[in-house]
Amino acid sequence: MKKPFSFILLVLFLTFFPWTAVFSQSLSSSELINNAKNYDGKLITYSGEAIGNIMVRGNFAWVNLSDGENALGVWMEAALTKEIKFTGDYKTRGDNLEIVGVFHRACLEHGGDLDIHANSLRKISSGRVIKEKLNSDKFNLSIILLGAIFFIWILTLFKRK
Amino acid sequence: MILKPRLEDVKIIGYYLGKIILGLALTMVFPILIAIPSWEINPALDFFIGIEISVLFGLLLMKICRTDKDLNWMQGMIVVSLSWIVAMILGAIPLYLSGHWKSFLDACFEAMSGFATTGLVLVQDLDHLSYAHNFWRHLTMFLGGQGIVVIALSFFVRGFSGAFKMYVGEARDEKIMPNVINTSRFIWLVSIVYLILGTLALGATGIFNGMKPFDSFFHGVCVFMAAFDTGGFSIQSQNILYYHSFVYEVITIIIMVLGALNFKLHYHLWMGNRKEIVKNIETRTLFITVIATFSLVVLGLAQKGVYPAALTLFRKGFYQLISGHTGTGFQTIYAQQFVAEWNPLALTGVIIAMALGGAVCSTTGAIKMLRIGIILKAFKEDLKRIIMPERSIIVEKFHHIREVFLEDKMVRSALMITLAYIILYGLGALVGMFYGYPFLEALFESTSAAANVGLSCGITGTGMPGVLKITYILQMWAGRLEFMSVFTILGFIFARIKGK
Repeated sequence: MKKPFSFILLVLFLTFFPWTAVFSQSLSSSELINNAKNYDGKLITYSGEAIGNIMVRGNFAWVNLSDGENALGVWMEAALTKEIKFTGDYKTRGDNLEIVGVFHRACLEHGGDLDIHANSLRKISSGRVIKEKLNSDKFNLSIILLGAIFFIWILTLFKRK
Repeated sequence: MILKPRLEDVKIIGYYLGKIILGLALTMVFPILIAIPSWEINPALDFFIGIEISVLFGLLLMKICRTDKDLNWMQGMIVVSLSWIVAMILGAIPLYLSGHWKSFLDACFEAMSGFATTGLVLVQDLDHLSYAHNFWRHLTMFLGGQGIVVIALSFFVRGFSGAFKMYVGEARDEKIMPNVINTSRFIWLVSIVYLILGTLALGATGIFNGMKPFDSFFHGVCVFMAAFDTGGFSIQSQNILYYHSFVYEVITIIIMVLGALNFKLHYHLWMGNRKEIVKNIETRTLFITVIATFSLVVLGLAQKGVYPAALTLFRKGFYQLISGHTGTGFQTIYAQQFVAEWNPLALTGVIIAMALGGAVCSTTGAIKMLRIGIILKAFKEDLKRIIMPERSIIVEKFHHIREVFLEDKMVRSALMITLAYIILYGLGALVGMFYGYPFLEALFESTSAAANVGLSCGITGTGMPGVLKITYILQMWAGRLEFMSVFTILGFIFARIKGK
């Protein structure tokens, strides 16, 4: 008796929440872009590094998340962005975030953009500031080249005399 | 009998090439000025090395080839075509040193794409690229858009009669002022005024959109350079989609269209002759071709139901179309979406728009509106000849700054260049197809490269074959210089081998 009851429950669950079961695993940006029609309007999980600026627009904000292949725009409540401390640029590795939200192939609210409207956000790992060290090879090469320019300059002076 | 070029020809070419290289070295100072306040140490070193190698090379050429003689037509053309190749190699040095390009060929591809105002990219991890390198990428577009030689003419050359020969070699056969150096300076004046206005508009929009003030204006200046010079590079990997802003899209459309207009038209508009924009054959042709190609895009997108509402269809369709037509290459969709979602009809609309381009003496590439206008007028004239009585005298005129009578010589020249472009688009598509890409995708990418547009349907990437990368580099080069100086250098090499 227990087995049929579990089966009915499972069927009901899959009928009403199909996306929860199918797309709970994080999808790549390429998978989403290339098969946008399949995921359109579905609840998906996507993770990536927060890059660039967090663009707050009223009570909401745009955060662009890059998974290394592409960056996707994620529209979320501004309150959710408080958890984000680092966004990626030349000197910073951005926070690695996982979002669960509805994927839009051509979002009606945002002029046809391919985007995700996030319901929840989870920080997988924190970003950090990247300390830049002087590259000694480049430094040495620049000194050698400077010497070569001076050498040619001195040679031309002698030639003139 | 073909005459073998003399050693003196080589010396004169070398001397003026050296001068242009020194000018190029000076432009690499600008990224250093960005790197120092941003505390980007290694990027500053990359550009310092780039300057040193350029100065060394330029000085050596000038010393070895020292001459007081002026350029003749052939030498002027060769200086121009070689200076673009040398600019590509030297401009690629700081890019390659950054470690964001997988090979020196990739860095050369990016540099040529910048100088030729194309906008196809092979950069890796663009979202973590330094301010200095990003500024350089966009500056190459600004320099290439005005013309590398125009820079030298404007700032480093006091005046020599060979100036006009180099100016023409850079695909600018229209003199705005009586003097070619003043013409170059006017081109710079227009560009700088629009640069200030465009940066302010984009910067303010960036702040309004929630970006940090410094980033807003940095993005503003870079996006302006890429839009006005119809280049298409961007600071972030998502291109214009990064901003998620309708206002940003509208401003970039205005800047792209301004960049696609003839500098001579800008001059007349600045002088208060506003009627010129309505009467000019180029703006009229542009209006017609935009409507025609956009109709194809709309039909294609509507047929497949790509966008759920008319407004989104218009926003996405028109942006990619106008970006392609002006030769810019900004995208508000992902490259893969062109293939995955747009149907062949919509893609064809964009390909035709890319192939046509903007106005002559503008920053765009491709066949260009004046030639299309002349060809259409010639068709009209021939049709009249058939319809009208045999004895009637048929005269066709068009307005381009002044009233001009259509002559066979003009039609021949317009048809020749148009044919050369079509062959160039086709050759690139053949190479793409050789490597297994479908016809339409190969033609799309080839047209984008040869017409200096920069829209991509996904073929351009680090993984594409080296031969295809070299093909696109050559297409960008030949397309930007409009063949004349490229043919001259080929003739020079041929004469060197076969001449007596």
